[in-house]
Amino acid sequence: MLSIKNLHANIEGKEILKGIDFEVKAGEVHAIMGPNGSGKSTLASVLAGREIFEVTEGKVDYFEKDLLEMTPEERASEGIFLGFQYPIEIPGVSMVNFMKTAVNQQRKHKGLEPMSSSDFLKLMREKKDLVELDAALASRSVNEGFSGGEKKRNEIFQMAMLEPKLSILDETDSGLDIDALRIVANGVNKLKSKDNATIVITHYQRLLDYIVPDFVHVLYNGRIIKSGGKELALELEEKGYDWLKKGVDL
Amino acid sequence: MSLEEVKVEPKQKFLDIYQEHINDIKNGSPDYINEIREKAIKQFEILGIPDKKDENYKYTDLNNEFDNGYKMYLSPKNIKFEVNDIFTCDVPDLNTKVILLLNGWYYDRENLIHELPGGAIIGSFQAAAKRYPELVKKHFANYAKMDKEGLVAMNTAFSQDGVFFYVPKGVVIEKPIQIINILMDEEEGFTQHRNLFILEDNSEASIVVCDHTLSRPNFLTNSVSEIFVGKNADLKYSRMQNEHNGSKQVSNLYLHQERDSRVNANTISLHGGLIRNNVHVMLGGEGCENTTTGLYLTDKGQHIDNYMYMDHAYPNCTSNQLFKGVLDDFATGAFSGKVLVRKDAQKTQAFQSNNNILLTDDADIKTKPQLEIYADDVKCSHGATVGQLDLDALFYMRTRGIPKKEAKLLLMSAFAYDVIKTIQVPALQERIQDLVDKRLRGELSRCNSCQMHCC
Repeated sequence: MLSIKNLHANIEGKEILKGIDFEVKAGEVHAIMGPNGSGKSTLASVLAGREIFEVTEGKVDYFEKDLLEMTPEERASEGIFLGFQYPIEIPGVSMVNFMKTAVNQQRKHKGLEPMSSSDFLKLMREKKDLVELDAALASRSVNEGFSGGEKKRNEIFQMAMLEPKLSILDETDSGLDIDALRIVANGVNKLKSKDNATIVITHYQRLLDYIVPDFVHVLYNGRIIKSGGKELALELEEKGYDWLKKGVDL
Repeated sequence: MSLEEVKVEPKQKFLDIYQEHINDIKNGSPDYINEIREKAIKQFEILGIPDKKDENYKYTDLNNEFDNGYKMYLSPKNIKFEVNDIFTCDVPDLNTKVILLLNGWYYDRENLIHELPGGAIIGSFQAAAKRYPELVKKHFANYAKMDKEGLVAMNTAFSQDGVFFYVPKGVVIEKPIQIINILMDEEEGFTQHRNLFILEDNSEASIVVCDHTLSRPNFLTNSVSEIFVGKNADLKYSRMQNEHNGSKQVSNLYLHQERDSRVNANTISLHGGLIRNNVHVMLGGEGCENTTTGLYLTDKGQHIDNYMYMDHAYPNCTSNQLFKGVLDDFATGAFSGKVLVRKDAQKTQAFQSNNNILLTDDADIKTKPQLEIYADDVKCSHGATVGQLDLDALFYMRTRGIPKKEAKLLLMSAFAYDVIKTIQVPALQERIQDLVDKRLRGELSRCNSCQMHCC
């Protein structure tokens, strides 16, 4: 599904990603861990197409297409979803209008007719239950006045609405209490299938108790310095990152 | 011998026109109006047309704009057109009686005055001045002060017609009254109409005013509207400006509010070459509420200048001002808003805000909110912002599959909605929303025919 080769990216001339390699296949869950400033969020942004980052080297193939050539909206319509670490508030744009535009633009991209209002509202009702999102939030402006937990649940709600093939969840667990974390993780797990894949970016092992990864990668200083199975996350929880940093050529 | 022409100042040209056509101008107006006219022309001679040296006109040099030699409409020259051919007014719930002004003159010359149920009156200002002298005398030129504004003096000297609207004590006009200002001619024209709206104590009315150019030539308008809102009366006033790029207009709105009255006034500037809106509000009694909002969408070489003066003269009044604008291409604009809280106006609440989005590096806006407070127990705030579209929000929307262009439109529409939602005529609110969205999409690039069904 996704193949990243020797990916380098800069922001304002400063190199953040210094050669990333990894592959994601359908049905897999990958966790990317690492200390602050290691480049985790940059990787997520680059995959989603954020223009402030400049890719200087490397290649990203997504279903045999050159991902880096696509605009953010094309990537989204081709099935890539980015769950934001800090979801953006958009005053004046209602959740309903926002999601309806997104769903119908993605349908347009696929050559499908726009969804009828009644079908759309039905879909919204169904999906918001998945993350126990308050119905009142749907009539409010996007993320405006939402609590931290509501914002994160709203990300998963959007993911459920858009049914992506590859979801990249950037620190979805940060700022969540244990109940909210369970709801969010539960939503992600219900959306999991053999045809889609998830990349979970996190600081903490605790999210991985709920979303069990097939692979764990440790990102440090712009490179993946270790990859392993889910047991690697437990080891990191116990020992921290220092043992891995030793001997890494910086 | 020098062949150089002596440059005649535009002020002098208008003074000469006044003297030359004094009989035409005075003809049709009663003596009490013509007496004020004489005072006004003297005042105009002193003040002239404001130029950039005038602090309040720093960003809009009107002296230049008035130096044009456009034809003036000193008598009601009727251009025959079938109203129904041009206007398909499908905004539901508006009063079926549509009032038209053509080049500043009341259009329906056969029926200059209409009496509405409850004793309300609507019709030609010129006819009303003759038929209801006591009523007109009491209010005319009382609120639009000519001691400071040269253009108000000029309008008072020259204007002959416009719309007169009267709502007696306690009468409620259920459906909004719609007034359409049409500019249409085969040559360039300069119009100066004069409106007088009187809402007596405890009355209620809504007024919708639309400005349209229906033919290509350039037009200049210098209009004055005086509105008196009596004790505990309620006025909803919405103005929609939709003229072509060859049009320039100065609109002077003077609102006088009596004790416990409520006014909601919006000006939506959709299109126009040069627009200068002067809004003066006098909160002339305790307990008044005023909401004045404006939305302006400009592109290409358009210029918009909103000037607002809110006078808190009595205690316990509340005013809210919200002006928002989107400027594209190399459009320019200015906002200047002054809130004056007089010494005795304790417990005043006054809020003012001006927010602007510049879509390009060449677009430009000058904004100057001002508070002048002489009372000590007040709650006031003001603020202004000039910015670009929120890039984070744009990216967020794009990651959901919304194309950049659509995402921008959603953001601009949301920005504009803050003003649109202050419009209190529900059917109009929807229509304006639709028009604004179309305008932002660039679908309403010109408006010299009403095929747009915009009003």
